[in-house]
Amino acid sequence: MAKTHVSTTINGEPAEFLCEPYETMLDVLRNNLGLTGSKEGCGSGDCGACSITLDDRLVCSCLMLGAEAEGCEIRTIEGMAEGETLHPLQQKFLEMAALQCGICTPGVLVASKALLEKNSNPTETEVRFWLAGNLCRCTGYDKIVRAVMDTAADLQEASR
Amino acid sequence: MNEMSNKWIGQRTIRPDGAEKVTGSATFAADTAMAGMIWGKVLRSPHAHARIRGIDTSKAEALPGVKAVVTAADIIDFPVDTPVPLGIQDMRWMCRNVMAREKALFHGHPVAAIAATTEAIAAEACALIEVDYEVLPWVIEIEDAIKDDAPILHDFVEFDGKPSNISGKMEHKKGDVAAGFAGAEIVIERSFTTRPVHQGYIEPHACLVSVAADGKTTIWSSSQGQFMVRAMTSMLTDIPQSHIRAIPAEIGGGFGGKTIIYLEPLATILSKKSGRPVKMVMNREEVMRATGPTSGSTSTVKIGARKDGTIVAAEGTFYLQAGGLPGSPIRGATACSFAPYDIPNVRSLGYDVVSNRSKVAAYRAPGAPIGAYPVECVLDEVAESIGMDPLELRLKNAAKEGTKAAHGPVYPRIGYVETVEAALAHSHNKAPLGKNQGRGVASGFWFNAGGESSAQVNITEDGNVVVTTGHPDVGGSRASIANITAELLGIDYKRVSVLIGDTATIGFSNLTGGSRVLFASGIVVTQSTEKVITSLRERAAQIWDIDADAVTWENGEARPAGDNAGKFAPLTLVELADRATETGGPIGAGVQLNTTGAEGGFATHICDVEVDLELGIVRVIRYTSFQDVGQAVHPSYVEGQMQGGVAQGIGWALNEEYIFDKDGHMDNPGFLDYRMPIFSDLPMLDTVMIEIPNPKHPQGVRGVGEVPLVPPLAAIRNAVSDALGMRFYSLPMSPPAVLEALNAKS
Repeated sequence: MAKTHVSTTINGEPAEFLCEPYETMLDVLRNNLGLTGSKEGCGSGDCGACSITLDDRLVCSCLMLGAEAEGCEIRTIEGMAEGETLHPLQQKFLEMAALQCGICTPGVLVASKALLEKNSNPTETEVRFWLAGNLCRCTGYDKIVRAVMDTAADLQEASR
Repeated sequence: MNEMSNKWIGQRTIRPDGAEKVTGSATFAADTAMAGMIWGKVLRSPHAHARIRGIDTSKAEALPGVKAVVTAADIIDFPVDTPVPLGIQDMRWMCRNVMAREKALFHGHPVAAIAATTEAIAAEACALIEVDYEVLPWVIEIEDAIKDDAPILHDFVEFDGKPSNISGKMEHKKGDVAAGFAGAEIVIERSFTTRPVHQGYIEPHACLVSVAADGKTTIWSSSQGQFMVRAMTSMLTDIPQSHIRAIPAEIGGGFGGKTIIYLEPLATILSKKSGRPVKMVMNREEVMRATGPTSGSTSTVKIGARKDGTIVAAEGTFYLQAGGLPGSPIRGATACSFAPYDIPNVRSLGYDVVSNRSKVAAYRAPGAPIGAYPVECVLDEVAESIGMDPLELRLKNAAKEGTKAAHGPVYPRIGYVETVEAALAHSHNKAPLGKNQGRGVASGFWFNAGGESSAQVNITEDGNVVVTTGHPDVGGSRASIANITAELLGIDYKRVSVLIGDTATIGFSNLTGGSRVLFASGIVVTQSTEKVITSLRERAAQIWDIDADAVTWENGEARPAGDNAGKFAPLTLVELADRATETGGPIGAGVQLNTTGAEGGFATHICDVEVDLELGIVRVIRYTSFQDVGQAVHPSYVEGQMQGGVAQGIGWALNEEYIFDKDGHMDNPGFLDYRMPIFSDLPMLDTVMIEIPNPKHPQGVRGVGEVPLVPPLAAIRNAVSDALGMRFYSLPMSPPAVLEALNAKS
């Protein structure tokens, strides 16, 4: 079967790729485009390590076909920092040691950013339920939840 | 931060590998690629137990795109009658685990592997391999495996003089147990089961291997030990260690499960045969079916006490699943179970039981949670029966400096008592509980470990520092090493880079396991840095033309001391580095040691739960762990270890288990059905670090990573008992199990 040609936008830049019809967006990102920041932990949408945003909607890129990206705007972990300036969530994760091995971190950060864009002042419960699709086996979640809430508080303060 | 004094030990600095981890640029094994790379895929046994009569790979090899095939015939055999130990493993079993040899021993056991130009072709080719299986009766559970008429996995395994699935035994004894029980006023004996649980690392096993035409082999893989990867791959492929360069990729969680190899020797042989770099990545189903987990267990524990709470005798018998090949963590179960207590008469007996499931791998304090769970549950009943607070009971019988443990050692200064005292005094212990809520406590012990470690500390020409060690960093060890080095040198920690060397660039270092990394690397990094400081003082002395003894190193600079004090302007690290060529050349030092002096770690946990009587769901609503952490070199990552261990314990206690179907196949090989704790399951996990420095370590370090998983199983179970007024004797206390018990009660 012929490969599918896809035109899309990734992290604000136009991108084109060819993919097999069965290839997931995660496969395309990792194997075709060299964007290996999105991780495959399960391939079944249960761990969230492959989280990206598709037209500002948080999705598991392992559950989406590459061919579905046509005309869409995709954002990945690679687009989160601006040059050398880390996103406030990234900076806070470092300061508060909200990561250990780091394999879930890209997905957790992408999902957390999507949360704060929808809800700038989430409660602990809201953070926990929003991130319930992201598995982390190292941290017990405590420091991640605190880092997300702390970032939200900082952003609130800054916007005041 | 503390930039003026340059006191970094105990500071919450930013980890050296942090920016890469939060931007997605850190390279894990599955992120690697090479020009000309092809893909490897494993064919796995569809049977739980089957003799392999023959394998025909001709159709697979004929498929366009297929470049190489590997079967057991390509892997070095280690005959079953001669032990070949490598660390805690035995190459007899490793060679049969990476590829089924005489028999497939579990559903998912590798039988062959293919390398092809695409993953899809490799998978298609696997389906074309014809394996002639003689399907054999199989056995999964311990109680079935030790029956007289059980299917026997290995005819070379004998117990009590006849073929058996009991493949090992270990015993620890102290005093006279029978006499001890005779003197008891209360004796409680109970039996328990735990289910196998997977380490649950989010990163599946992966590697990329390139074998050059001259046999020089480069392996990128995610493991807990690049030297372990090198040694095992060498032994299984007959490539000398000097020709293998094992490069540690970032590791996406291991928890013990990456202390052995699965894919590396297969990819090595496929690369050698094909002349192409070969990448292999497991999917989650393969991880669940064919790697790890830790043992399920059945156990019986009997404790005798006097009414004043003095424990006079204790006995434990622990049967642990090993999987298809021998080697369960019976040492951890038998030794750690009673280790927190000063009991005059102890007998602790462990059995290793093979059955048709994947070979177990280490999991955070291997065996210790399995041994501690029944002991800490029975202690709860002892406390209840004599009307004593369960923490007071533990305090009364606590091991301390000078106590001789049943497994041998006489403890030096340990901090177990302090963990219990801290728990007793903590507000959590006195907080009121609501309806359907309960509180439980439990303690735990882990040996900790030293062993081989190497470090190299180099001063760059511009006066900064590069530290190389040999242990994969699973949870922030690089940050701690930066803290130690910066403090010793008296410089800003940001001037210190910390790298994990590969097997060609740093000396042998034992794998990341046993809570050994910061203990062992702390010693060699300290000694290396001290050598560097000695050299810096000598160079300053040379420049000033005074005696080296008359130079001190303070706050990042050499200063003239004694009679010479104030005679010369101090020389900074940058200035000395700038003048290195004229003072003797490059500045750096390395130390390689077999480190000793790791002392045990103790923890006590308090857990509150609330039980939903309608749904059977147990929610942990408050959790506090108290741990003797020695010296917390980087407190955030110590807390992180404590929290992470507790979370894994909550999963083990409440939800995680391997479920097998009627054909001996694991029925829940994915994260949806193998239910690890998710964000919304857990509360904040409070930590109380108690710092009783290890007197045998330059920074007072004790291992901290593993003991956090020892107490939770019993702490949670005791809390559920308290909430419901009924006791559970098996894990997990999942909603169906809790509902069944509630229904049986009513």
